[in-house]
Amino acid sequence: MSETFVLEVRNITKRFPGVLANDRVNFTLRKGEIHTLLGENGAGKSTLMNIVYGLYSPDEGEFFIDGQPVDIKNPHDAIQQGIGMVHQHFMLVPVFTVLENIILGSEVTRGTSLDLTKAREQVNALSREYGLEVAPDAIVEDLPVGVQQRVEIVKALYRKVKILVLDEPTAVLTPQEAEDLFRIMRHLTERGVSIIFISHKLKEVLAISDRITVMRRGQVVGTTTPADTNESGLAAMMVGRQVVLQVDKGPAQPAEAVLTVKDLHVLDERHLDVVRGVSFAVHSGEILGIAGVQGNGQTELVEALTGLRKVESGSVTLDGAPVPPRDPRFLFERGMAHIPEDRHKHGLVLPYSIADNLALVAYYKPPFANGIQRNEQAIIENAVHLIEQYDIRTPGELLPAGNLSGGNQQKVIVARELSRAPRFLLANQPTRGLDVGSIEYIHKQIVAARDSGAAVLLISAELDEIMSLADRIAVMFHGEIVAIVEAGKVTKEQLGLMMTGTSAAEALA
Amino acid sequence: MNTTRAPFKLFLARWGWFVGLGALLILALVSYGRNPTSTEAVLASTVRQATPLVLGALCGLWGERSAVINIGIEGQMLLAAFIGFLVNVWTGNLLIAVLAGALTGALLGALLAFMSVTLKIDQIIGGTVINILALGLTGYFYQQGLTTQGKLQPIPLGPLADIPLIGQVLFNNPPITYLTILIVFISHYILFYTRWGLRTRAVGEHPRAADTLGINVYLMRYVNVIMGGALAGLAGAFLTLEAVGSFERAMTNGRGFVALAVMIFGKWTPLGSWGAALLFGFATAMQTQLQFMGVNIPHQFIGMLPYLLTIVVLAGFVGRARPPAADGVPYEKE
Repeated sequence: MSETFVLEVRNITKRFPGVLANDRVNFTLRKGEIHTLLGENGAGKSTLMNIVYGLYSPDEGEFFIDGQPVDIKNPHDAIQQGIGMVHQHFMLVPVFTVLENIILGSEVTRGTSLDLTKAREQVNALSREYGLEVAPDAIVEDLPVGVQQRVEIVKALYRKVKILVLDEPTAVLTPQEAEDLFRIMRHLTERGVSIIFISHKLKEVLAISDRITVMRRGQVVGTTTPADTNESGLAAMMVGRQVVLQVDKGPAQPAEAVLTVKDLHVLDERHLDVVRGVSFAVHSGEILGIAGVQGNGQTELVEALTGLRKVESGSVTLDGAPVPPRDPRFLFERGMAHIPEDRHKHGLVLPYSIADNLALVAYYKPPFANGIQRNEQAIIENAVHLIEQYDIRTPGELLPAGNLSGGNQQKVIVARELSRAPRFLLANQPTRGLDVGSIEYIHKQIVAARDSGAAVLLISAELDEIMSLADRIAVMFHGEIVAIVEAGKVTKEQLGLMMTGTSAAEALA
Repeated sequence: MNTTRAPFKLFLARWGWFVGLGALLILALVSYGRNPTSTEAVLASTVRQATPLVLGALCGLWGERSAVINIGIEGQMLLAAFIGFLVNVWTGNLLIAVLAGALTGALLGALLAFMSVTLKIDQIIGGTVINILALGLTGYFYQQGLTTQGKLQPIPLGPLADIPLIGQVLFNNPPITYLTILIVFISHYILFYTRWGLRTRAVGEHPRAADTLGINVYLMRYVNVIMGGALAGLAGAFLTLEAVGSFERAMTNGRGFVALAVMIFGKWTPLGSWGAALLFGFATAMQTQLQFMGVNIPHQFIGMLPYLLTIVVLAGFVGRARPPAADGVPYEKE
């Protein structure tokens, strides 16, 4: 007799217009295990999980829960079957309290009124039982993302979840928060919850999983365990070829300073001094990395450098010319390229076509414009050319940018910014949320820009990325640059210490 | 950090209501001492003028709290006023007439819900369709010389009505005015203390989150917009069956739009809307009173008072109010 699984899906097929998102997918989940679903963006992981959670209905296929065939037509059915899901973009109402978010849809009532007192007791009891600290009366939008995620997990537990789907939960977390999450996940499995974990960070997948199923282009490539594979083995399964995980770059050939920043002060929305007297220079032919825990002034620094935020005092010069306040076009005209932190907010106009997005920084001048008129032909030709050159996977150049997967959206930005042969490249979290194939590609492009003489400023929360890509590393803490060191002469631990406030002298001793 | 103004702001945020209320109370008492009859008349008129405004505001509020913008309130009121009046003429039964008015509003609400929730038409256009439809229908079918069958009369609440000042203002009103005050508190209760209210607010803020928890977003929106429509219909019935006693062309006179201003000024809450409606009602009552007293200002200017107040309030005071996050956005299931 065959093994009984907590969840088994057989032959799931789902077609979207023009795409076969899931192609006869089989997947099993054992009780109390962490089963990772690994794959590139667009491989069909999220589609499969949305089917399991009843948000999409499959064109073909069957579900079995504890060996019994079941029908899951909507999230309500899924919740009834004990399936819970923490979505990549949290499904929390920002203005509600934690408690209101947790009970929504499964409210306890007394007469016609909500019984918040009883619900609060239940939530506190859950908190204690699973070691998940949440403040029931806090407003969700005031909470850090790590805590919001905890709220999502409590929300699932409140519905007596047996099968928990975590869709790329670590994408938004700091390393410390991710550690917390893993501890929570182990705790849940000890109590009999089975977890489907979606990720494309190979290290953490190997660390946390019991089994790993890899998907590629809508199909299951295979299932393995951490003991039987390693990072490069998984990467090869995901991408279908060998992937270079190490960045392949020669020594830097730094020349003259391109961007010089002196004693820069910047305020945030609350008028707090968040960039406090920062000075550095980025030279032609080198990559300067800025390492730091998020929220130490990097975002404001970048906004000031790209002309999006007022400079309170200090000077910024580009090739010797002082940068006028809040004038992004001045910067673009003089060869600045910017890969922004948030590709949806600042990088792309999602409803615009890929072609229009690729023309965004130069739409107003030839060849994209003749006087006040657009030159459609030039815009299309430019797009066709860049789509091929930068390997953007799309059915056509007129598709809205919002329809692309994250990796391909990022490639659109990279193509637009790097095809102008930039003098200064500011890359802020250039590979956030991307899969190994796309990361490899974007890293190569950044190194290529450096080698052709661009000055590159790289900001990243991923220490591994800074370590492997940067030639020099500046550490930012509390709005100040506490040290600038040669990349080869510092360890990850030393950087980590400086990022959290240990003085440079002490950390490097 | 810049905190010098914070304590004052905090004080204003916490106690502003009481200070304002206290000032108004003192003003009313002083005024009552000097001229009891006019003061009573103005305040009683304030409450009645506020009735259609707060009902309209609640109609808008229930729609927008579930993310459907309703700018068709004016049309809902107008057609309901007309139908309510006709039913009164035909049947002579005021109760049936009022119910017919509310039903008319609800049906127009259903039309709006169908356009904006199912067809996902732009909600501003959907509301405009209703306004034009109501104006056209009432204009076309309106006949002069229909004899009225009387209107709803004030019901004094026993000894309560004999209390000086507040007796005449609060406890000697016709039925729809009483009912409206009740509806304000019921709305507040439902919105903030019941399952339905929690789900309505969730649907207005983050419909996908509600959907993933098994809440039927479309159903919530339909019901709220239809119930809101019934309230707008009640406001229309108030105009023909309680306030005036007859129907005139375009007699809503922009009240449906002022109601939206009232809703926004009231920060999308029932109690806040009621307060705002009383303020606008007071402006209207003052306008009448000033004309009575023969103040030497052309009456056209005095007549502008409530509308001027709308502009001042919308431009000056509501900057920080935050509408429901998904307001006006049709929900697409994936």
